[in-house]
Amino acid sequence: MRVVKIAGLLILLAFAIAFPLLFPNPAVTTVAVFTLMFAAAATAWNIFSGYTGYIALGHAAFFGTGAYVMAILCEDWHIPAGYAPFSLIPLGGLVAALFAVPLGIIALRTRRHTFIVITIAFFFIFQLLAYNLRGITNGSAGLSLPIPTWSGDFYNEPFYYTTLAILLLALAVSWWVRNSKYGLGLLAIRDDEDRALGLGVKTGPSKLTAFVISAFFVGMLGALNAYFVEAIFPPFVFDPLYDVAIALMTFMGGLGTLSGPIIGALILEPTQQYFTLIYGENGWYLVIYGALFIVIILLLPRGIVPTISERWAQWRASRSNTVEPVVAPALNDNPTASNQGGRPLAETSEGVKEVNL
Amino acid sequence: MNILEVHNVSKAFGGIQALNTCSLTVEQGKITGLIGPNGSGKTTLFNVITGYERVDSGEVQFNGRRITNSSPDKVFAMGIGRTFQLTRIFPRLTVLENMHVAAQRNDLKGLLSRWSSSHEQRRAIELLDFVGITRLKDVPAANLSYGQKKLLEFAFILIAEPKVILLDEPAGGINPTMINHIGARIRELNQQGVTFLVVEHNMEFVMKLCNTVNVMHRGTKIAEGPPEAVRENPDVLDAYLGG
Amino acid sequence: MNIIVEAIITGILTGGIYALMSSGLTLIFGVMEIINIAIGALVILGGYLSYVLQQYWHIDLFVSLLITMPAMFLLGLLLEWAFIRPLKRDRVMLSILVTFAIALIIEGVLSLIFGTDYVQLHAWYVGASINIGGFYLAYIYIFGFLLSVVLLTGLYLLLYRTKFGQSVRAAMQNRTAAELIGIDVEKVSMITFGIGIALTAAGGMAFGATTSFNPNSAYDLISRLLVIIILGGMGSLRGALVASLLMLVVEDVTAVVWSPVWSSTVFFILLVIVLVVRPQGIFGQLEARKQ
Repeated sequence: MRVVKIAGLLILLAFAIAFPLLFPNPAVTTVAVFTLMFAAAATAWNIFSGYTGYIALGHAAFFGTGAYVMAILCEDWHIPAGYAPFSLIPLGGLVAALFAVPLGIIALRTRRHTFIVITIAFFFIFQLLAYNLRGITNGSAGLSLPIPTWSGDFYNEPFYYTTLAILLLALAVSWWVRNSKYGLGLLAIRDDEDRALGLGVKTGPSKLTAFVISAFFVGMLGALNAYFVEAIFPPFVFDPLYDVAIALMTFMGGLGTLSGPIIGALILEPTQQYFTLIYGENGWYLVIYGALFIVIILLLPRGIVPTISERWAQWRASRSNTVEPVVAPALNDNPTASNQGGRPLAETSEGVKEVNL
Repeated sequence: MNILEVHNVSKAFGGIQALNTCSLTVEQGKITGLIGPNGSGKTTLFNVITGYERVDSGEVQFNGRRITNSSPDKVFAMGIGRTFQLTRIFPRLTVLENMHVAAQRNDLKGLLSRWSSSHEQRRAIELLDFVGITRLKDVPAANLSYGQKKLLEFAFILIAEPKVILLDEPAGGINPTMINHIGARIRELNQQGVTFLVVEHNMEFVMKLCNTVNVMHRGTKIAEGPPEAVRENPDVLDAYLGG
Repeated sequence: MNIIVEAIITGILTGGIYALMSSGLTLIFGVMEIINIAIGALVILGGYLSYVLQQYWHIDLFVSLLITMPAMFLLGLLLEWAFIRPLKRDRVMLSILVTFAIALIIEGVLSLIFGTDYVQLHAWYVGASINIGGFYLAYIYIFGFLLSVVLLTGLYLLLYRTKFGQSVRAAMQNRTAAELIGIDVEKVSMITFGIGIALTAAGGMAFGATTSFNPNSAYDLISRLLVIIILGGMGSLRGALVASLLMLVVEDVTAVVWSPVWSSTVFFILLVIVLVVRPQGIFGQLEARKQ
C-alpha cells in the first residue's frame, strides 16, 4: 500500500514538473503559476491555522510585505532584470517573518474570535500603511519591477518552477511538522490548549513558531508574485480576498491535512480564473463566486480529504469481515468484563480519523 | 513526610466562597482520599494546587517549596500530575499520540525528531499495557468509551513519571469491573512509591483504597483520619445528609 | 482648540451611528457566537434601499425606515434559517466564511443593479449645518445620532423589559442552560438575527446620508465594525456603544490634529494597543479556563 502511495506521488511530481512542457500555452501556464502560488500559500497557512486551530485571516499582510520588499529592493539596490530578482525571494520571506514575530506575540495573547479579528485588523493596518507611507511605498501609485529579460512564450516557465519549488518546500515543512513532536504539540493545542499547557507543551513558543513559518512562506510568495506581475499596488497585494481564498481552499480540501490545501487550490484557483475571464471583475463574478462558496461550505463542512478518507475507511471496514471492528474490547486482564459501550470505528460521528495524507 | 501541603487557602468566585481557609496535608507514599458533598470545593482545591486557578490567600507547598499560583505547566514539570472529572484528553489524536503529547522532551533536538523514538514508544506502550488499552493505540481518542478515556488520561500523566497524582473522580461513571481495575492500578503504582490524592464520591472505593481520608464541606476541611473513623464521624454524616 | 472640540462633538455624533451599526453585530455574536461578516454589506444594502425609496418614490429617508427595517428584518430571518442554521460543526470558522460569501453575493447584486458609482442619500438636512454655540454641526449628524439613541433605547427596552428580551439575555449567557429551561434557543437566535439586520438597515440609512458609498464600501465598513466590537468586548452592547464613540472621536481628532490620512490607521492601531493590555476588550470577559 505504501509503495503504491509513493509511486503515485512520484508520478504526480513528474507530471507537475513536465506540465509547462506538455501545455506550453501561456494562458494555461499563467493559471498554473497562480494555482501553485495559492497551493503553497494555503499549505503554509495550514501549518499554522490548520494545526493549531487558530484561524488567521490577515496573512495577506505578509504577502504584501514580501511584494513590497521585492519591489523596493529591486529599485534601491538596482537589481538588473533577469534571474537576479529571484534571489530576493527568500529576503521577502524573511522580512515577513520578522514582522510576524511582534504581530504574533500580540495576536496570540487572544483566543478564537478575538484572534481572528485582530489578524484582520493587522492586515488593514498594513494596507493603510502601504497607502500612506508614500515615501517608502509610493502610495497608491504603486511600484514597478524590472521586466524579465526572457521572452513572451517562455515567460512563465521560470516562475512556474520557482513556485513549484516553494510549494514543495512548504509541503515538506508541513509534512515534517505534522510528524514531529512539535507538530503533535500544535495538534494538542488545537484540541485542548490549556490541557496541553498543563502537560508541558510550550504553547506560546509553539504557536508563534508556526505563525512565523507560515508568514515566511507567504512572504516569499508575495515577493515572487511581485516580480511575476511586474507592478504592484496596495489594493492588489494587500487584498482581503486573498485571505478568504486561502482559508476557503484549505477548508474545502480539509483543514489540518497535508494534501487538503493543495487540492482546494487546484479546484478553486482555476475556477476563479475562469470566472474572471468569463464575467470580468464585475457583479456576476461576485455573485457566482459567493454562491459557490456557500454551496461548498454547506455540502462539505469537513473538507474533501477527511470526507474521502473516512468513506474509504468505512468501505474497507465493511469489506473485510475478518478484521474485527475496533470495538471497545474486554480489558486485557479481565476477559469477562462487559462491553464498555464502544462504537465501531466506522461509525465515527465526532471522531475524525486523522489520516496522514 | 508531607509531600504536599495546603495552608489556609481561600478562593472566591464572585459571590461564592469556593474555598474557605482550607488546609490539607498529603503524606508521601500514601493514598489520601478527599471526599465531601457536591459544592464542597474539592475540584477547586485541585485546580488551585495544580495551577489552574489562583488563590485569593493561603499557600500551597510541594516538598517544602512554595508553589502557590504556579502555572499548570510548571506544576506538571515539578512532578504533580492530575486528571479531570470530565476527562480531558485530545480527541482528534490517536491514543498513542495522546501518550506522546505528555512525554514532552525539553531539548530542541527531541522536539524536532519524529515522535516515535524507540525508548519513548516502548514506555508509552508499556503504560497502555498497564492500563489495558494497548489494542486501541491507533484509535482516535474521541472514539473511546468514557471508561477508556479515563484510563488513557491516567496513562498519559504517568508517562511523565509524576511523584504525586491527583485523581478527580477516577471511579465516576464507569462499571464495577473497571473500578476494580483502576483501583488495582492505583495500588500497584502506590507500591512503587507514587503518592495519590483522590477525590471520589464512591464511598466503597475510597474506604477500600485510601490510607487517610479528608472530608470537605463548604470550602473547608471538616474531618480527617483513617477511613473507618471518618465514616463514623457525626460531623461528616451531618455534612452529607444535612447540607 | 475650537476645531478639536468640534471634532470631538462630530466624533460623538458619528459614533452614535456606528454604535447603531455595530450593535447588530455584537448582538448576533452574543446570542449565536458567530461573527456576521455580512453586516458591512447589509449596511450598504440598507443604504441603497433608502436611496431607491427616496429617488423614485420621494420618501423621506427617516420615513423610509418604516419600510426598510421590516424588510431587512425578514431578510435576516431568511438568511439565518437558510445559511447559518445548517452549520453544525466548526461554527466559528464556517460562519465567517458563509457570511463572507453572503456579503460577496450582496455586493455582486448591488453592483449589477447600481454599478460602481458612488451615491449619497439626499435630503434637506444632508449637507446643511446648524450653528450651535459657535460650532457648525451638520443636521444629518444630529438626526443620525438621535435615530441611534431612539433605536438603541428601544433595543435596551426590548432586552431588559420584555420576556423575549429575557430569553435573549439568557441565551447570551448560556445557550445550553437556556435550552434546558425551555427557551427555544433556535427561534430566539433567528429573531435576534433579524433584529440585528433590521438595525443595520437603519444604520445603513444614517451611514449613507453622511458618507457617499458604493458596493465596495462594505469592506472598509465591516473591518471598522469588527474592530469596534472587539474593542468593546464581543457580545457587549455597552461595549459597542463606548467603543464606537471612542473610536470615532479618536479618529476625528486625529484627522484635525495630525492628518486625515492617518486617522484610519490610528483606528486600527488603537485596537491593537487596547488588546495588548486587555485582550478581552473593554467590557468583554476573558475566555474562562475550562474546569
